[in-house]
Amino acid sequence: MTHFDAAAAAVQAALDAGARYADARVMHRRSESMSARNGEIEDLSQDEDAGVGVRALVGSGWGFYAVPDMSDAAARAAGTRAARIANASASVPGPATGLIPLPAASGSWSSPCEVDPLSVPLSEKADLMVGLTTTMREHGADLAESFYRVWDTAKWFVSSEGHRIDQRIRECGGGISATSIGEGESQRRSYGDQFGTRGWELVTGLDLPGNAARVAVESRELLTAAPCPAGETTLILGSGQMALQIHESVGHAIELDRILGWEAAYAGTSWLDLAQLGSMRYGSPLMNIAIDPTIPGALGSFGFDDEGTPAAARYAVHEGVWVGVLAGRDSASVAGLDYGGSVRSDGWARLPMVRMTNVGLEPGPHTLEEIIAATDDGIFMDTNRSWSIDDRRLNFQFGCEIGWEIKNGKIGRMLRNPTYTGIGPTFWQSMDMLSSEITDWGIPNCGKGQPGQTGHTGHPAAPARFTGVRVGVTG
Amino acid sequence: MSAELDLAGRVVDLVRRLAGSAAEAEALVDHTALALTRFANSGIHQNVADATTAIRLRIHLDGRTVGGSTTVVDEAGLTALVERTIAAVALTPVDPAWPGLAPAAPLVTDGAWDEATAQASPDERAARVRAFVDAAEGLETAGYCRTVYWSGAFANSAGQSVSGRAAEAAMDGIARVPGADGVARLGSRRLADLDGAVLGGRAALKARAGADPIELPPGRYEVVLEPTAVADLLTNFALYGFNGKLLNERQSFAEIGAPQFDPAVTIVDDVTATAGVGMPFDGEGTPKRPVTFVGQGITLGVAYDRRSAAEAGVASTGHGWPGGSSFGPVPANLRLLPDDAAPTAAVAGPAADGHTAALVSTMERGLLVSDFWYTRVLDPKTLVVTGLTRNGVWLVENGEITRPVRNFRFTQSYPLALGPGAVLGVGGNAITPADSWDMFGFTGPSLRLASWNFTGGASG
Repeated sequence: MTHFDAAAAAVQAALDAGARYADARVMHRRSESMSARNGEIEDLSQDEDAGVGVRALVGSGWGFYAVPDMSDAAARAAGTRAARIANASASVPGPATGLIPLPAASGSWSSPCEVDPLSVPLSEKADLMVGLTTTMREHGADLAESFYRVWDTAKWFVSSEGHRIDQRIRECGGGISATSIGEGESQRRSYGDQFGTRGWELVTGLDLPGNAARVAVESRELLTAAPCPAGETTLILGSGQMALQIHESVGHAIELDRILGWEAAYAGTSWLDLAQLGSMRYGSPLMNIAIDPTIPGALGSFGFDDEGTPAAARYAVHEGVWVGVLAGRDSASVAGLDYGGSVRSDGWARLPMVRMTNVGLEPGPHTLEEIIAATDDGIFMDTNRSWSIDDRRLNFQFGCEIGWEIKNGKIGRMLRNPTYTGIGPTFWQSMDMLSSEITDWGIPNCGKGQPGQTGHTGHPAAPARFTGVRVGVTG
Repeated sequence: MSAELDLAGRVVDLVRRLAGSAAEAEALVDHTALALTRFANSGIHQNVADATTAIRLRIHLDGRTVGGSTTVVDEAGLTALVERTIAAVALTPVDPAWPGLAPAAPLVTDGAWDEATAQASPDERAARVRAFVDAAEGLETAGYCRTVYWSGAFANSAGQSVSGRAAEAAMDGIARVPGADGVARLGSRRLADLDGAVLGGRAALKARAGADPIELPPGRYEVVLEPTAVADLLTNFALYGFNGKLLNERQSFAEIGAPQFDPAVTIVDDVTATAGVGMPFDGEGTPKRPVTFVGQGITLGVAYDRRSAAEAGVASTGHGWPGGSSFGPVPANLRLLPDDAAPTAAVAGPAADGHTAALVSTMERGLLVSDFWYTRVLDPKTLVVTGLTRNGVWLVENGEITRPVRNFRFTQSYPLALGPGAVLGVGGNAITPADSWDMFGFTGPSLRLASWNFTGGASG
């Protein structure tokens, strides 16, 4: 029995039990993670995860059931169970739910991978991880840590509308951090924390060894650096922090399930009103945000989403105007839109839901050097340390690992504990300079949904400048 | 013998057969059946269930340590797990900090079991959702009703062999009026304890009382925190404050023996308590016992797994997580003890219960806070946290709730907020609000605190 056969059996059983639509995903994932601390391997784990998840629609009620067993009997039982759960949903009906049309597709897709990360000898990877922490310790870090993670996922999708799609997605990433402990506080500097749908070449391309000494030295310097001043100033963000800014204040806000209230009790809603789609000013004319799961090697890339919709790019914000959302077939149907393509789950045992793919900022005309040179008085912050945003995705406060004063177009003294706070559209409308230096950042730990799911999202981002930003909020 | 214990024992035996008696091995088997019915816009929109058996194996051989897991539990899957873990262990560096396996020790409890909760049907969860929606009397509602059944076992080559099972239920929902949400959430070992109508009515009352809020300037305010907000304090204390690894690394605020809290504060971790839910042993097979972290304001201890305990020269407290050595030990059942002599008052408004209402009645001017949201640690050592209020804030004047208030952002050191002299009242009714993660339960009463640092408004 093939994995396609198991998925098809589950779908047929759901239809036999009364579903008007059903789909099933068989997934098999192998993963590996390693972390080192102060010259020793702290954790090494190799994991395997496989099962089938079935989604059934009865009337306007959804049901989902999943089991780690791909036998014909188990798959059929799962399909029947999903339909039964969907029947229970119908006892407390919400608005009528449909699915926007999607032509049946058969296809295969795999992410680019030059060096299979699971084939790189463990001893080689361990030597790298341990060596990185040794270097950081030698340069003054009290806590030196390094890590990598690898996911190798194969999935087979079948729907009652005739889809039959298989994909193989290999993801990996890694990073280092150095923490220096003072009397009253600790300071951490990190590098990497980068992930993508690529092979081990992503990790080697980060040049972690070439940055280990620097982050250790910076973590020590931060202990005695001047505190970030409080007040309003011109703020320049590095591309790593910009990725998080995009993720939190744009990516989540444009999720259609949030806009429709489906996440109201937990993740929250969105300040965006569908009636203003196509006309509402989100940010300055420099702001072009694309939803693009086709970017080779970015963490939010795929061939088809978990509803079988082929990957395609569209704008979310064009020249500062809000023009698009992240949607699935059912949420798009409820909203009267004609596109989905952004539905994924974090495994076979979880219901697919609206998720960020690659949500990124298109490049601007400047370089970071030019932006700094054009700034008389401001602060440059980079590398996220803390993040918090309200349930409508408006009011945010972010902390960064490091900051520097900018005076008369030049970088000045280092600043510790830099934070900034703002309101999403006000902040984005104040963006007056944008760099062309795009990096495809990957965030592998985006939490959403109940039961909780951990999403992998991509965020092309470049350094940018914002005016009149409140900085230096402390406890 | 449970099926899970049989499976754990087979995996340990397989390691010995393939790697020899010198191999130290431990196997943790978790069978989890989780079902969650989610509603929004007053209708069920997501309704899910899964039943998964996962095995986690750790092998220490020739001074080296490797972990692995699988959900493929047929013979081929088990053999593959053992073989790849043995192969990996030969290729890794030595592990000089290996603390050894947990010794054989009996359980204090084998778990909290309720058959009706374990076998609950989607119709039973839907009925509670129906009751919640109906009790809101036309207000828009959203939330979930969850049931979980866990059956697990642990075996190691040092002779430890334990098993247990537990069930848990939780309901969490909001009711909404334009510009204001009201919340009610409760976790329990028994689905029968969850009354959708009571929770829906409470959420709706709070939502209506939150309509048309005023904006207040940021600053330090006296507060009464309801149990839903107190649970957030306990969560962050669990993750960062009472984490033995962070204490070893000098990244925790905790100073053992120091009076860091108000004398009114006692915090224990206790999976055996009535309201607690969770596993009766940890991921390393150490039986869980009640542990007091704060006694009458004095910090008495923190949580340890075997590795962090060995580093500190103490015994494990039973707080190891499978594969969690990087983050360190985290207690999952913290309880801030209520004041059994605390007064109660009639509840006429949005206060969660009579004990909360009594605390409000003693406050001259301050804020009643229902819930915290998106809290993140700015510095682990001082446990300075930023976050927002959510689901209802009210101005209290002369002991009366006078006006709903718009949400605030705050930036506050949690230990300082509960520091000596800072706790002005402890409620008598500790509850376990539904936690986002099943098998976690943080239990506390309402608290009246002298000061909370609100650093800005949250309006757009």
